[in-house]
Amino acid sequence: MQIDAADRRILRHYLDDPGQDRATLADRAGVTPATLWRRLERLRDAGVIRSEAAVIDWRALGYAVEVSLRFTLDKTNPRAFDEFIVAAREVPEVVAIETFLGRVDVRLNVIARDMAQYQEIYRRRILTLPHIAELEALMLIATIKDVGGLPL
Amino acid sequence: MIDLDDTDRAILRALALDGMLSAGEVGRRLSLSQPAAWRRIRRLEEAGVLAGRRVEVDRAALGFGVTVFLGVKLATKGRVSLEDFERAVTAIPEVQVVQHVLGLFDYRLRVVARDIADFERVLRRRIMTLPGVGQVEANVLLTEESRPGPLA
Repeated sequence: MQIDAADRRILRHYLDDPGQDRATLADRAGVTPATLWRRLERLRDAGVIRSEAAVIDWRALGYAVEVSLRFTLDKTNPRAFDEFIVAAREVPEVVAIETFLGRVDVRLNVIARDMAQYQEIYRRRILTLPHIAELEALMLIATIKDVGGLPL
Repeated sequence: MIDLDDTDRAILRALALDGMLSAGEVGRRLSLSQPAAWRRIRRLEEAGVLAGRRVEVDRAALGFGVTVFLGVKLATKGRVSLEDFERAVTAIPEVQVVQHVLGLFDYRLRVVARDIADFERVLRRRIMTLPGVGQVEANVLLTEESRPGPLA
């Protein structure tokens, strides 16, 4: 679909603050509420807006530990990526799976209630994942910025 | 900390897939009345468990074909304050995520760019010129997937 200047304005303001009410968003984007509604529907139908999901704050549910695990896989096995990802999906504490081009092949975001539970998950569920060649961990201290906004 | 029952977990699962569901729609799916669903959603919001909404867009369709994760190590720890680095890095519009981490790197950044040439421009002009920046590792994002997390 063609994305024009009004679409870009709408998306820029919507991505910056997805929780704002529709009247405010229409006002900021300089369109009428009816236009806003129609444009958002069109962007959804065209797949430009893929999902509008609620964010769950795991810390508020007592998951105090969040670790970014970076894996290099054994690429001599052509099924390594697929089998690793299928197995990683089976671990409930894995909240995100990303694949990369670079030194890192796959990254998993793992949450745990405390270090003891993390160690348990790490030993029983992570180290047993297939085709791991190398693995390193970055422990999250703080998220300073996390926005979905694009410099549109 | 808030205690969840099975109905709360089902509400979180539904909203994590579609954050646009109204309380009435959530209620219908779970055989709850609209007011009962509304009260539960309200309670989850007040406890900070439901922490807003995240809009996923087709970044490529909007002209942002490249997403890169950077691991950044500060070169002169102690001499440059973390606050100075954080203030400067969060002001870069192409940087969507800044996380302070413990491990091989000090910070993780998520950077969006129009293409690899645009990414190189952001990297050279904006990232490498940050106060205190040292070693930087880049991995280009290929795929990403959010998982429901431990809500079963």
